[in-house]
Amino acid sequence: MRDGYDVLVVGAGPAGLAAAAAAAGHGARVGLIDAQAGAGGQVWRREVARTGPALARRGIAAALGHPGVAWLPQTQVVGAEAGALLVEDPQGGRWLGYRALVLAAGARELLLPFPGWTLPGVTGAGGLQALAKQGWPLRGCRVVIAGSGPLLLAAAVTARRHGAELLGVYEQAGGEHLRRFARGLWRWPGKAAQAAWMRARLAGVPYRCGSVVRRASGEARVQAVEVDGPHGLQRIACDLLAVGYGLLPNVELARLLGCALRQSGAHPCVDTDSRQRTSVEGIYAAGELCGIGGRDSARLEGAIAGHAAAGDDAGAARLQRPRRHARRFAERLDRHFALDPRVRALAEADTVICRCEDVPLSALDGHADARSARLATRCGMGACQGRICGGALAELGRFPRDGSRPPLFPARLSTLAADPVSFRDP
Amino acid sequence: MKSYDLIVVGAGIVGAACADCASEAGLRVALVEPGPIGGGATAAAMGHLVAMDDDPAELALARYSLGLWQAMADLPQAEYRRCGTLWVAASEEDRARIPAKLARLDAAGVAARAVDARELYRLEPALVAGLAGGLLVPADAVVFPPAVARHLVERALRRGTAFYRSGASHIGAAAGVRLHDHSELSGPVLVATGCALPQLLPGLPLRPRKGHLAITDRYPGTVHHQVLELGYADSAHGEADSSVAFNVQPRPTGQILIGSSREYGATTPEVSLPMVRRMLQRAFRFMPVLRQLDALRLWTGFRPVSADGQPYLGRVAGRRDVWVAAGHEGLGITTSLGSARLVVDLVLGRRPAIDPQPYDPARVAR
Ligand SMILES: Cc1cc2nc3c(=O)[nH]c(=O)nc-3n(C[C@H](O)[C@H](O)[C@H](O)COP(=O)(O)OP(=O)(O)OC[C@H]3O[C@@H](n4cnc5c(N)ncnc54)[C@H](O)[C@@H]3O)c2cc1C
Ligand SMILES: Cc1cc2nc3c(=O)[nH]c(=O)nc-3n(C[C@H](O)[C@H](O)[C@H](O)COP(=O)(O)OP(=O)(O)OC[C@H]3O[C@@H](n4cnc5c(N)ncnc54)[C@H](O)[C@@H]3O)c2cc1C
Repeated sequence: MRDGYDVLVVGAGPAGLAAAAAAAGHGARVGLIDAQAGAGGQVWRREVARTGPALARRGIAAALGHPGVAWLPQTQVVGAEAGALLVEDPQGGRWLGYRALVLAAGARELLLPFPGWTLPGVTGAGGLQALAKQGWPLRGCRVVIAGSGPLLLAAAVTARRHGAELLGVYEQAGGEHLRRFARGLWRWPGKAAQAAWMRARLAGVPYRCGSVVRRASGEARVQAVEVDGPHGLQRIACDLLAVGYGLLPNVELARLLGCALRQSGAHPCVDTDSRQRTSVEGIYAAGELCGIGGRDSARLEGAIAGHAAAGDDAGAARLQRPRRHARRFAERLDRHFALDPRVRALAEADTVICRCEDVPLSALDGHADARSARLATRCGMGACQGRICGGALAELGRFPRDGSRPPLFPARLSTLAADPVSFRDP
Repeated sequence: MKSYDLIVVGAGIVGAACADCASEAGLRVALVEPGPIGGGATAAAMGHLVAMDDDPAELALARYSLGLWQAMADLPQAEYRRCGTLWVAASEEDRARIPAKLARLDAAGVAARAVDARELYRLEPALVAGLAGGLLVPADAVVFPPAVARHLVERALRRGTAFYRSGASHIGAAAGVRLHDHSELSGPVLVATGCALPQLLPGLPLRPRKGHLAITDRYPGTVHHQVLELGYADSAHGEADSSVAFNVQPRPTGQILIGSSREYGATTPEVSLPMVRRMLQRAFRFMPVLRQLDALRLWTGFRPVSADGQPYLGRVAGRRDVWVAAGHEGLGITTSLGSARLVVDLVLGRRPAIDPQPYDPARVAR
């Protein structure tokens, strides 16, 4: 295995896979890195007991099956210097050099605090999906799904397939918004078909709009939730609650590399031009990282970035029209699933905001920035380093998460001391 | 114009301690700080309260301060823990330094004793095999510095200290300050702005000396004392552009804090992975188990280094009512409490408990 790559791709979701395949198609030596053991990213995460959909299989095969692509699973990027990334895999730490870099690190779930959200048995919506795919036992388990966006339906379908008893899906967006969203869906036939497919699989499961989980309660774990809907408050006994309020781009590595960001709502995403170039020479970004847009725009942007990084501008130009079409879908999602202000007011004074360090919301009063809050309360000082509470606090209008630094994820000390010699081009 | 008995500029641990001390003495105090309390070097520090003995003046101030720190021992938010300092000898040459070090500490009234190789491994089983022995200073302790700074400020505020969330842009020729919002305060001024000192008092030279630290996840029971190599002093007092030394600390959370690096000429706060690499490789030589542990965070800070390594404590030469307490380099957490007491004594015309002459800013003539 050689350690210097023409094009190094971070993230093997739809965006990174497409970038790797496109760049390798031009003869580039490509390295494809992902922290997970399997390729596919969030949407194509493989189930233990199933083979993925055809599109996923093709997307994965086109990249991993290409002789020009070196697939580096279970490899986490923890630091960076000009022209090289510091990565950690189960063997240890090392530096990987590159000429061009494609960032396709995707997104994570936005978790917003409400009373009871830290009880065992409360997860994110994507979290529930991931657990189900890992083979977590759900059979006979009474599940409530809540939050916002199409991910709720995807999570519901997965959970049901694994035997969960779905008590309902509670979407915070109002009914009028959802009807308008649905009426415009014909322009994206693939999405319309996907939506119809999911609704069919969820036959009999209540889907309620304008509904917000106000509180989860229980002794040692969640036993009931309180839902605030158009017809008033409702208490539902359940075994599991999955709540996700949409997605949040994983910009940390891009920020560490100095790439310009732009604000999308309360959260930053990476700013690129039509060729997916960031503000830093030789660094490209694609997919959810550039603003939440879903699988189709991720694939297209990945391919554009792969072509551009390998020097094929014509290839990148050809994909502009479909990309714009896919991004328009993302804009509609954003508009119609915009968060109701109610959702930002759920946390109470004693609701824990920082789970790692047990910091309640009231402790953060009077702090104007993340650093001041961290020094006074330890908020964001724990193992997740503000990855969860930082997004929530930005969404709640308190303050943004502050800058990136290595290690981007907890890393062994031996990794941080890794010898940089290995990244010199062979 | 508002008038005060003392205007303290800067709320790092030194300014915070000065405001505390002055308000305790009954002065009407103003405290001026644009950022978070203890957000400068104080936030970056390891919080090791250590009787450094490489220079008599340094040791005198440290010794005096360590006594004052006793009053913080039961304050929960200070996270004070008397874990002691274990100095380890990497070589026979290091070990040969122990008797002289013991004698210096003894002369200053600091209890310490030599530790043979067997006891060394009983005290710290994670140390690498083959070390020659060491020296234990049982009364040394650790604290969480920004929390102490906040505590000191809160105490001062309760005594009526006025807090100005603004920066000082100018000090009057005789006294008084102008703030960034253009308001003016009158009265004697005590400048405690750490590395920013030359902006207000250009006559007092100060160099920032960058340091890196790493903190691990929770591994309770791995390290028990603050453990340093005896060669630490070479790094701390050397004039090399950059140096590293082995220095680890157990936090009450079970986390381990790992230092330390020293760099002149580095002016931006970014983490430098090459420097981290050097620092960690040094630490692994003494404690190989560290390699396996997960790091959560790396950070940097700047130590304020005066012209001769001693802090500037006292009246600014040629200024009637302008005082300074700054330039504590890598020991300003330890020496903050004593520095504050000493300067406030001078402001009040009282005789300080230790000889103030080695710290007198008049020693540097520019
Ligand atoms: C929990 C979750 C579940 C989702 N479920 C669905 C779904 O069922 N259907 C759907 O249409 N959409 C789903 N989405 C939306 C999904 O983000 C997009 O549809 C699509 O996967 C985006 O593709 P991408 O390539 O931009 O990012 P991703 O698919 O998120 O891929 C990014 C990859 O980068 C890797 N990575 C990130 N940082 C690093 C690092 N520092 N080092 C190494 N690797 C790194 C990650 O492990 C990940 O595999 C989900 C999103 C989330 C967060
Ligand atoms: C990595 C590292 C590790 C260390 N470890 C230890 C240790 O273990 N033990 C130990 O004893 N010491 C240690 N130190 C040293 C210690 O941190 C410093 O000596 C001490 O914090 C200095 O305190 P200070 O109040 O003078 O400065 P600072 O904490 O920097 O405070 C100065 C304050 O002044 C403010 N200010 C600046 N300009 C203005 C202005 N114009 N107007 C108003 N306010 C202003 C700043 O905002 C700041 O809050 C360490 C230092 C570093 C960098």
